[in-house]
Amino acid sequence: MDFENKKATRQSYGEAIASLGEKNEDIVVLDADLSGATKTNIFAKNFPDRFFDMGIAEQDMMATAAGFATCGKIPYASTFAVFATGRVYDQIRNSICYPNLNVKICATHCGITVGEDGATHQMLEDINLMRGLPNMIVISPSDDIQSKWAVEEASKINGPVYIRFGRAATPIIYDKNIKFEFGKGIQFGDGKDATVFATGIMVAEALKAKEELKKENINIRVIDIHTIKPIDKEIIIKSAKETKKLISVEEHSIIGGLGTAISEVLTDEYPVKLIRMGMKDCFGRSGNAMKLLEYYGLTSKEIIENVLKS
Amino acid sequence: MLDSDKKIEIKNLEDISKNIRKNIVEMVYSASSGHPGGSLSITDILTVLYFHEMNVNINNPKDEDRDRLVLSKGHCSPALYAVLAEKGYFPKEDLKTFRKIDSYLQGHPDMKKIPGVDMSSGSLGQGLSVSNGMALAGKLDKKDYRVYCVMGDGEIEEGEVWEAAMTSSHYKLDNLCVIVDNNNLQIDGKINEVMSPYPIDKKFESFGFNVININGHDFNEIITALETAKKIKEKPTVIIAKTIKGKGISYMENEASWHGKAPNEEQYNIAIEELK
Repeated sequence: MDFENKKATRQSYGEAIASLGEKNEDIVVLDADLSGATKTNIFAKNFPDRFFDMGIAEQDMMATAAGFATCGKIPYASTFAVFATGRVYDQIRNSICYPNLNVKICATHCGITVGEDGATHQMLEDINLMRGLPNMIVISPSDDIQSKWAVEEASKINGPVYIRFGRAATPIIYDKNIKFEFGKGIQFGDGKDATVFATGIMVAEALKAKEELKKENINIRVIDIHTIKPIDKEIIIKSAKETKKLISVEEHSIIGGLGTAISEVLTDEYPVKLIRMGMKDCFGRSGNAMKLLEYYGLTSKEIIENVLKS
Repeated sequence: MLDSDKKIEIKNLEDISKNIRKNIVEMVYSASSGHPGGSLSITDILTVLYFHEMNVNINNPKDEDRDRLVLSKGHCSPALYAVLAEKGYFPKEDLKTFRKIDSYLQGHPDMKKIPGVDMSSGSLGQGLSVSNGMALAGKLDKKDYRVYCVMGDGEIEEGEVWEAAMTSSHYKLDNLCVIVDNNNLQIDGKINEVMSPYPIDKKFESFGFNVININGHDFNEIITALETAKKIKEKPTVIIAKTIKGKGISYMENEASWHGKAPNEEQYNIAIEELK
């Protein structure tokens, strides 16, 4: 696999929503003064009548999106994840999820790979916040191809969807002809030494670890969990039964994210140990994105260490 | 088919309004909870809106050409439900089930359960944003429906209201009419003592609204203000309606303590007597 062919998933979002806007006239896009960064500026340029810059007013943006949805529009509301979930939690809860309105929240700048802007802008609790809301669907795509699929797939779901995108350029994993299935994890290999469940940009790191370990004759499987809610119980239980060790890895807090979601399935159905890799109940800090992943132990190196650890 | 028999005479509006007040008191009494004070202050306004002004269709509550109303002060659901039942969206007998476990009449408006409710509400400060979304969608689709947003005067202490007010005027939403129920009371007391939003009219004016001040219990003034609002182009209108919290029930009038409590049996009997 070529890990050097990279693209930021926020760019993929920008391209995908512009292309979806072409096909579906019900799509409207709202942004909160960050269209250059979230890449909704492509849509804005192509469809100025269906693009609404709401200024630096995220709460207003989310509830306005709800109003659009009551009139049959399919609003995609975008800003940085820290504002798109934390700042507007009440608007999402009461005006979007409770009435189950057809609003898509596309959040960019998730996780520590925001980089130099530091902790205030590095959202590490968004999956936790969104996963807890009734009616909300949570998708965390791992690369360019999957991000584009998620943007279109969300438009086919009648109800609220949260999609998580990153700022930094990260490897393109999938072939453009791949077919993804909503709610179904994607398994790489059938190694029995360990399963690494990964989401978002950690999928590429897990795949790097898989290739390295293979050289040592250690065979692991990697499972890309792109749909975090509803989660693919079947693939989790099957791998729990078939492999010696389970690891989860996410660019998110270990509280309430992918690791927690998998733990819930295991607790209910097949209680075994899970090693949860992620941000360990802490805020991030400023720095180069890739250096931050090393600093917080979120690279293939630490995944390998966890596989090898007895 | 939208409502065509809407221009009901003022004498009849007064009768309807009295009936709605009676139903509000009965609902809150029967539920042993709820918010009578603010419901009674917006009764006359909602009566004019639904029985005189708005184009709605009780046979197809989701008619895409209908006028919409967002009750941003969602705790005043008794007033909205009583009006919707009076209008014929659902049976009046169901009002007694308000707030009970097997009822669709939730404590706060639920658009998924209740015919005629255009938006779920309850968490204050969000309704104007939602109304803006509806008004923007109407403009986009070149529809001529109007959007009404009813807010409390205490509610406008919420910051999102002013974000939304910027949006209403930035996007020139002349298909939007906001009504502020200025009863001057919130839970902890008088709004000017708790956290004054005054001067409300000047605030909205500086945010780019056409502002109309009225007595919110005078049917002529309500009707005229709504008519005027329709003629204003390129900017949203806000009607600041001076009202009396608890209007119509002597012991509830201008008493903050009646914001969110139910009358006991004796108080209930007095209220019903006063509304005869």
